[in-house]
Formats: sequence, structure tokens, C-alpha cells
Amino acid sequence: MASTEIARQAGDGVRAVPLAGHVGFDSMPDQLVNKSVNRGFCFNILCVGETGLGKSTLMDTLFNTKFEGEPTQHNQPGVTLKSNTYELQESNVRLKLTVVNTVGFGDQINKEDSYKSIVEFIDAQFEAYLQEELKIKRTLHSYHDTRIHACLYFIAPTGHSLKSLDLVTMKKLDSKVNIVPIIAKSDAISKSELAKFKIKITSELVSNGVQIYQFPTDDESVAEINSTMNSHLPFAVVGSTEEVKIGNKMVKARQYPWGTVQVENENHCDFVKLREMLIRVNMEDLREQTHTRHYELYRRCKLEEMGFKDTDPDSKPFSLQETYEAKRNEFMGELQKKEEEMRQMFVQRVKEKEAELKEAEKELHEKFDRLKKLHQDEKKKLEDKKKSLDDEVNTFKQKKTAAELLQNQAQQAGGSTTLKRDKERKN
Amino acid sequence: MSSSEVLDGEAEWNGGIMGQQKNLEGYVGFANLPNQVYRKSVKRGFEFTLMVVGESGLGKSTLINSLFLTDLYSPEYPGPSHRIKKTVQVEQSKVLVKEGGVHLLLTIVDTPGFGDAVDNSNCWQPVTDYIDSKFEDFLNAESRVNRRQMPDNRVHCCLYFIAPSGHGLKPLDIEFMKRLHEKVNIIPLIAKADTMTPEECQQFKRQIMKEIHEHKIKIYDFPETDDEEEMKMIRKIKDRLPLAVVGSNTIIEVDGKRVRGRQYPWGVAEVENGDHCDFTILRNMLIRTHMQDLKDVTNNVHYENYRSRKLAAVTYNGVDNNKNKGQLTKSPLAQMEEERREHVAKMNKMEQEMEQVFDMKVKEKLQKLKDSEVELQRRHEQMRKNLEAQYKELEEKRRQFEDEKTNWEIQQRILEQQKLEASRTMEKGKKKKIF
Repeated sequence: MASTEIARQAGDGVRAVPLAGHVGFDSMPDQLVNKSVNRGFCFNILCVGETGLGKSTLMDTLFNTKFEGEPTQHNQPGVTLKSNTYELQESNVRLKLTVVNTVGFGDQINKEDSYKSIVEFIDAQFEAYLQEELKIKRTLHSYHDTRIHACLYFIAPTGHSLKSLDLVTMKKLDSKVNIVPIIAKSDAISKSELAKFKIKITSELVSNGVQIYQFPTDDESVAEINSTMNSHLPFAVVGSTEEVKIGNKMVKARQYPWGTVQVENENHCDFVKLREMLIRVNMEDLREQTHTRHYELYRRCKLEEMGFKDTDPDSKPFSLQETYEAKRNEFMGELQKKEEEMRQMFVQRVKEKEAELKEAEKELHEKFDRLKKLHQDEKKKLEDKKKSLDDEVNTFKQKKTAAELLQNQAQQAGGSTTLKRDKERKN
Repeated sequence: MSSSEVLDGEAEWNGGIMGQQKNLEGYVGFANLPNQVYRKSVKRGFEFTLMVVGESGLGKSTLINSLFLTDLYSPEYPGPSHRIKKTVQVEQSKVLVKEGGVHLLLTIVDTPGFGDAVDNSNCWQPVTDYIDSKFEDFLNAESRVNRRQMPDNRVHCCLYFIAPSGHGLKPLDIEFMKRLHEKVNIIPLIAKADTMTPEECQQFKRQIMKEIHEHKIKIYDFPETDDEEEMKMIRKIKDRLPLAVVGSNTIIEVDGKRVRGRQYPWGVAEVENGDHCDFTILRNMLIRTHMQDLKDVTNNVHYENYRSRKLAAVTYNGVDNNKNKGQLTKSPLAQMEEERREHVAKMNKMEQEMEQVFDMKVKEKLQKLKDSEVELQRRHEQMRKNLEAQYKELEEKRRQFEDEKTNWEIQQRILEQQKLEASRTMEKGKKKKIF
């Protein structure tokens, strides 16, 4: 019996004991499966490709149903992502399928930022899951997983090579999502051209270091078919929801004057291979890879960005709580420091302003002191003038008094003279 | 409805709400998903941790061996008669068992010494500590930045053995179950059921269930299913709780069949005989039908309780933990983000306030300065006016004086003139007289 992960994990210290009869735990896988069937499954596909490559048609064909939407115009200003969720059921299996389409991809003149919205979208789903996982009260088991499990990258059937937009975009996406590149509208390529095209694409992907999703070959029950299929990548597909009568059956096909391309004919295109690999055989693996590889990478990067790290890789288990606490204290310290800085700045400003105002006050007082001084001087001058006037008045008075005295004397003398004369006359 | 058009990289989800129902028009293939899940689970293998608790001599080890049809305990394992220490230990034995391609890593956790002492206060402490430490390990592994496949060593089920006294639960039983029912799935069992008659057993069971309800002890409950058949079976099982079991390590021949049983002079009590005891029900429920559910309940309920209590205690260090319940649903990172935002807002407000105060003070000061300037100006004006008035007065005085002076001088001159004239006249007269 092949070794299981659990057996490997248990290591050598664990005894393997034989059972003396049928215990019954071989029903465990069934118990597990029943629970997941009851819960229902969920799968999210992202379709990336230029407008007009038949993304919506392929989805309709793949899932044998008519999904929403009208064909979009080529005049979108940027790349937007449109998502739709559907409830599908096949026999007793319920599937919540979400199809996300890139609208406007490749239509702009400057396509440098085209990949950005896609990356942001994928990250946003990871972020939502991470937030839920980190909540204190969380409900992970009933969380609707919105993370993208598979990204179908539609390559235009030029027959030559990948466009630089394709390489740039796929390079940005390969560490975030399982990329399954497909050649769209492959009925435009002849068989010989197709083989060359596939080789060219694969070599370009390899030389640019783009990691596309490989179907897993570690499980012996599917290893063979998966490895065969891996060699047929990228799948060349044709989509069609129209039916044409071939022989006595109605099949999905595209009718041309020179013949009919049958979607489900493996000689005509790889549609059946795609459906087998994507849905029937590896859907669960795509989900698992998304969770254990791409999501973990995102989570690790995000936590490291926030400054968390494991104290020791193996020995002492690291406590998230302690780190939260440490982080929180650090963070509170930072905030307090900022507060202090702001206060200091204000104190500084106040001081400066006070100094300014004091200066102004001083100037004002100086000004008025000067004026006062001027005033004093004026007053002094006035006093002097007054004094000199008083002096003059005094002098004048004296003169006047003296003159009057003289006059009086003279008058008296004159009077006496007059008296003498009068006397003489009389005589 | 959930289709929505969004802008620039962020799709809006009505997550959890139903999507549009669509009918398939042909074969797609995702009906194979269960097989994919099956395949992967077998490849991974399973693990299960079972804890057995009960006083010595209740046949715990024998029951485990009967359940798993093997000698789980290594030959070196000391039985009750050999045990030296009398304090409660918690011991685990790990074994790998395989059946039908399915690997199961089984961990049996034993609690030798439980309830054996004279004073059994806190004898459950080592048990709760053990369970919590397993939760702690899992939490730490889950919280690492670099995570690897995490082994699940949490206790998925606890078989609690009740001594077949026939009366009711002992205080120790009640105390233990109350302490553990929120940490682990408890399945109470009546041990050594072959010491009671069916009627005694029935009565004993009813008494126990009554006491369990009285004390609000939550024992493991079976999940509801949509399947009518399954629900009927579950109801039958529920009627027979707690399960009365008998275990045996010996095989005895009964009616040509080799069965596990206990040989008495009066007959053989068969372990797997549904009339003799509930062993088969226990085995089917524990292993064949509800093993996965026991793990799920441990993960989704007991572990989450532990985790949320642990994280809430840390994140709200010093803050009242019973505050707004809504806050518990936020992740600590989001919590920090919010705190940061709050603080930034607070700082902005503080800055604004300070600015306001500053501006106001400056305005005040400037106003004062202005006022004092005005005042000084006014005074200066007044003084100037005063001075001017004085000047005018002086001018006036001077003018008057000048006038007076001038008048007097004129007068003097006239007088002089007169005098001169008078003297001239006199001279003339004198002259005349002389002649």
C-alpha cells in the first residue's frame, strides 16, 4: 500500500498495528465526501483575454449552459472585472460557480497597466479570506470562498508567438493563480501551424520563466492521464453553443462553407481535453493548489509586510498573540511619539510667535519713547520761548515803569516850570 | 441576484448569497468532484485522537482494544495493577492502522489515576490542561507566517466512563463533565454494563440523562440530516444514551461462532450482541458514521471557542473584554488598522484645536498690541494738541505784548514828540521873552 502523508508525518516512532477484524474506519473518506456533498462545492474561474476571443462562448460551452452577458465593445477606458455567480447541479452535486471576466483587456492604446486590475482583484479575494481567517470570531467553515481557483488565459490565434502583453500579464499572475493558457478560436489555425504554435508558445513561456499550472502527477490513479495531457498544453479550443446535425446527432459545432468544426471532436480541437482536465479530473487539485500555495504565499507576504515573523523556524512555536501584543505596543509607542512631536512643534511655534510679538511690542514702545522725547524737546523749546517772552515782558515793564517815572518826574518838573511861568506871568 | 458590474479590479460579492440557478444542457463533469475529494483524502490519510477518562478498573483499555480489534497498548504498558504513581497522568499512544486502503493515525489519550486518589479535587486539571495545550499547539501552528501541513493532535472525542453503581452520577462525574463539555465532545458511557440487568440499566440510564440535563451538561449531539432513514437511526441511538458497554480481549466460542465476550458460569456476555450491550452502537457511531463529524465539531466549535477566547484576551489587553460584542468579529490586524485610523483622526482634531487656540491667542495679543498702540497714539496726540494750544497761547501773549509794546512805543514817541514840541515852543517863548 502506498505511503500516505499521514504515515509520513507520523514518522518512525509510531507503531503500525494489525487489526483482527473489520473495524470500519475505511468509511472515513465516504463520511468526508458526504459532508462536502451536503455542503456543496464552490469554484471560481477567471477568464483573461482580449475582447472578442470567445471567452464567454467558451464558458457557455464548457459548462453547457447559457451564462449572462452581451459582447462588450472595444472602447473601454480601462480593464474592469465583471463577476457572476451561478448555482449549478449535476446529479447530486451542487456547484457554486463564479465566472469572472476581464472587460476591456487589450483594447487600450497604452496597455502597461492592464494587468494591474487583474492582480488587484485576485489580491482582494486573498485579502478577504485572510481577514476572515484572522478575525477573532470567525466562521471559516461556512465562508464563501471567492479566491480564484483557475485562470484561463486566452491566447490570440495569430499562429506566430505570444504577444508581449500576454507575457507581461502571465508573468505577473503566475505566482498568484493557477494559469491555464489556451489558444482561443483555434479553428483559425491549421493543424501543422498549430503544432508549431504550441511549441513556440511553450518555449516562450519557459524562456520567460512563466509558471503555468501543471496537472499533478503524484497521485498514481491520475498520474498517467495528467502527464499525457501536460504535453498537450496549451490546449487549442473552439467554443460554440450552436448545434449542428452531424450524422443523426446534434452536436455543438461551427459551420463553415468548407466544413464543420465539431467542438467535442478531439481531432478538431482540444476542447474535450480541457473539460476533462479542468473539471472532471483536477478541479479539486486546482482548489487545493490555490489554498496551499498561492494563498499561503500571499498570506506570508502580507504578514511579513506588517512586520510579523516566526521567531524560530522549527523549534519554539511562535505565538501570534505575543506578536500582536508586541506590535500593538510598538504601534502605540509610535503614535504617542507622534503626538509628542506634534506638541513639541506647537510649543516651538508658540515660543517663536511670542518672541515675534515681543519684538513688535518693543518696537512700538521704542517708537513712542522717541515721540515722547521729541515731545519733551518741543516742550522745552516752548518753555524757553515762554521764558524769553517773560523776560522781554519784564524788561519792557521795567522800561515802561522807568519811563513813566521819568515822565512823572518830568511832568512834575514841567509842572513846576509851568507853575514858575505862571507865577512869573502873574507877577 | 449576484451579477454585478464593478470598476478597477475590485469585484463586489454578495458572498454567501445564492447565485443564479442555471440548468445544465449536457454533460459537464463536475459530478466527479466527490471522487476527486475521495481520492485526495485517501492519499492524505486520516488522523483521530480519542481520549478515555474514568476511574481505574472500569475496563477502558479493554474497550479500546475491542473497538479497534487490536492490542493498542504496547506490551510494556503498565496496567492498573502495576501502576506506581497515584496522581493523574495524561498519556498518549499513537498507532497507525490501515484498512481497505485507508490509513488512520490513531492517538489514544489515557488518564491513569483519574479519580483514584482520596482527595480528587482538581483531578480534571491535567486533562483540561492537556486539551488546551493541544489547542494551543494548533493555534500556534496556524498562526505561523510560514505554515506547513499542520498535524491535527486536538482531542476529537472523550469517552467518559461512568461506574455502574446503578444509582446516578457521582459528584466527580458531574464536576468533570461540566469542566470539559465546552472543550471536547463528551460521550458518556456506562462501563461494565454486564453487571446490571436490562431493567436496572434502563433506570440507571434515565437517571443519568436526567442529571445531565439538570446540570446543563452538553454532551456530544448528533447533527441533523435531511435523510429520513438516518434521522430515524439517530433518534434510536439518542433513546439509548448513555451507551452501556462491555469490552473484552478474549475470543470465546459461542454456538460455533468465535465472538468477543466475557465468560461467566451462567453464560457469555457477548460484546457485539445488541441485546447484551450497546457496544455495536458505540462502534458504529464513533467509527463508522460520525468520526468525521466529531472532528468537524472539534474544529468548528471547540477549537474556535478556545481561539476566540485566547485572542480576545490578548488583543484587548487591559480593556474590558466584555465590551461591544461586535468588536470580537474583527481580526486583530483590522483592529489595529482601526485604532490607527482613530488615532490619526484624534491627532488631526488635536492639531486643529491647537491651531485654533494658537490663532486665538495670537489674535488676542495682536489686538492688545494694537490697542496699546492706539492708546499711545491718542496720548501722543493729546500731548501734541496740548503743546499746540500752549504754543498758540504763547503766540497770543506775544502778540499782545508786541501790540502793547508797539502801542506804548508809539505813545512814547508821541510824548517825545510833544515834549520836543513843547520844549521847542518854550524855547521859542523864552527867546521871545528875552527880547
